Amino acid sequence: MAGPERNPWRRFLALPNESRTKTLVMAFLVSAVCAALVSGATVLLRPIQAANRAAEEQARIADLVAGIPGMAALLEQSGGTLSTVVIDLDRGRAAEGITPATLDAALADPANWTALDPGADLAGLGHRPDFVQVFLLRDGETVSLALLPVTGQGYGGRIDAILALRGDMNTIAGIAVTGHSETPGLGGRIAERSWQASFPGTLVRDEAGEVRFRVARGPASGVHEVDGITGATRTGRGVTGMVRFWLGPDGYGPLIEAIGRGEF
Amino acid sequence: MPGRSETWATLTDPLIRQNPVTLQILGICSALAVTTSLATALTMAVSLTVVLTLAAGIIAMIRRHIPDTIRLIVQIVIVASLVIVIDQVLQAYFAEISRALSVFVGLITTNCLVLGRTEAYARHHPPVPAMVDAFGNGLGYSLVLMVIGGLRELFGKGQLFGIQVLPLAEAGGWFTPLTLMLLAPSGFFLLGGLVWAVRSVRTEQAEAPEHTPPARAEPAE
Repeated sequence: MAGPERNPWRRFLALPNESRTKTLVMAFLVSAVCAALVSGATVLLRPIQAANRAAEEQARIADLVAGIPGMAALLEQSGGTLSTVVIDLDRGRAAEGITPATLDAALADPANWTALDPGADLAGLGHRPDFVQVFLLRDGETVSLALLPVTGQGYGGRIDAILALRGDMNTIAGIAVTGHSETPGLGGRIAERSWQASFPGTLVRDEAGEVRFRVARGPASGVHEVDGITGATRTGRGVTGMVRFWLGPDGYGPLIEAIGRGEF
Repeated sequence: MPGRSETWATLTDPLIRQNPVTLQILGICSALAVTTSLATALTMAVSLTVVLTLAAGIIAMIRRHIPDTIRLIVQIVIVASLVIVIDQVLQAYFAEISRALSVFVGLITTNCLVLGRTEAYARHHPPVPAMVDAFGNGLGYSLVLMVIGGLRELFGKGQLFGIQVLPLAEAGGWFTPLTLMLLAPSGFFLLGGLVWAVRSVRTEQAEAPEHTPPARAEPAE
């Protein structure tokens, strides 16, 4: 017979399975090994997953552009490539040092958000990010189409949309609602193509440069209005506020001026 | 050491004779949910087989040292970790299919099939037979998934693996898709039909009735 086992590991394995020490140590070991396995897989695979998500986002945007009437032809003409730019809203130009990949990290920092005064806060947001990812389609050197993500407060909750402006930055080329929680059948109809079809060609500002865009109550009258939805007055008001805010001085105003000056 | 034929039997038994889905009716929740197309069914089948085989191997390896009081939780922790790893791999390399499978990959953890095999077999056998048994059961599950997935995709969309096999009426062919096939109930119908078919051929699988209906009283003349 061999003497008492010296090796502590073997001594541990030889313990009866029911002993408290062995139960605790086994539980700990299994959890530790499993935790290491899961963390390892997550860390190693994260870059690939991030790339997948970015590709998916790009595909969604491309799909959206293709859905705007007349855009598919324009896309084909210009080679079908959209450039993605992160914009510094206050300065109206490309943000320095922030790429679409690092945008999420930058927006996690509350310092990169601006609180809005209630008077200027037409979209009912409370605060807005300083950096936004926009998509520009170029025809040669000039911007022929800008896709601007917008957010506003509707009746049931937030409305997320992407507004497309033509090269003059005053004519709406289309809108795509990417998320909303309005009442189905009433305000929820903002997600329908038939309602969105009244956007293309609508003008945002008058000659004096004042933002005049409005969702009408009832059928549109005038070049600055789009049709309202019966029974969804507050949703319509929300959309009006959203477009006015984001195309105004606290939203994309500086960017629109910069594009007008040919800086993009 | 088990003989060659015994290993072979461990591997092939769960295909039809002891099929975990049609005989033991285990793991049918995911079998119904992911079988709307062959691609998702195949991905799910492969994921489950990999998880089951690895889990059985690991658990069989430490089977002598799992304290009885915490054995279930130890098994679940091992299975769950493997599932997360598989899920991450799918998200990285098969992003589209992973979205189609959504939560069902995560739910492999709670698939009775996995815990059933590790608890009933892997805990009492050495790693190699345990892994052979787990792999066989994975194949049995995969077989059912592929049959149901194939039928649902073929009759629901006229496709197999996304390739149009039956010409659609809309596109000038003759086939009108049965939308019902893409909805959850058809999964039940097909699975029920499959169980019936298997048990009609192999009558030994049919269960004895649990109770007999009371004899009907003769109507009084």
